[in-house]
Amino acid sequence: MPTPKKGPRLGGSGAHQKHMLANLAKSLIEHGGITTTQAKARELRPFVEPLITKARKGGLHNRRQVMATLEIRNSAFYDGGGVIAKLFEEIGPAYAERPGGYTRIIKLGPRRGDNAPMARIELVEARTIAQQATDEASAATRRAVKESQARQSVVPAAEPAEAEDAATTDTEAEASAQEAEQTDAETSETE
Amino acid sequence: MAVPKRKKSRSRTRSRRAQWKAAPLTLVACDRCGETKLPHTLCENCGTYNKRQVIAV
Repeated sequence: MPTPKKGPRLGGSGAHQKHMLANLAKSLIEHGGITTTQAKARELRPFVEPLITKARKGGLHNRRQVMATLEIRNSAFYDGGGVIAKLFEEIGPAYAERPGGYTRIIKLGPRRGDNAPMARIELVEARTIAQQATDEASAATRRAVKESQARQSVVPAAEPAEAEDAATTDTEAEASAQEAEQTDAETSETE
Repeated sequence: MAVPKRKKSRSRTRSRRAQWKAAPLTLVACDRCGETKLPHTLCENCGTYNKRQVIAV
């Protein structure tokens, strides 16, 4: 039997939290990104990511499990508004190559009125082939930098800076095609 | 009922309240526009975080 989490629930009760997370997850799938409070965004991430993993796997059983979690029951009044179809036919296949980490949370600062810390949670874009190439290139250069640092730990001052310079030129060559890719490469370098 | 024995002097009151201070905010410059912003938070001025456009401004 799954143990309920300790500590406070969103909305005051376990049932309220369950319904709220289902609603948030449906909105997230429908719109690709939603603005909510930081606490809700943080709870939503571990709630929605397993659903996307199920969507990647596909199949009737997974589909029914996701429907149960998202509280979508086939009835005359509500059929989920195409959320399940979108999840299993667009989002799941798009993340076929991504081993988890489908969402991104960005802090937006405090809200006017009650000063609640807000955040935007969004589905990350599926990586294009060019982006995957730059990812691999920057990962390789990072590994190279780390190895050279490890080898030349006797002279730690000058060498790593040179290696990093080489890394940036490499990834720039890879990503010169598009400005967006450039930004991505830089992001993954800083991380 | 327990009651204060003495009137609190202006001096005491004001000395106590002199310690009520606001802590300075930690702020950093935005990567893209240089505006000050909260660390690890979206830049309100240009709508970017980590050089990625997150919201429209």
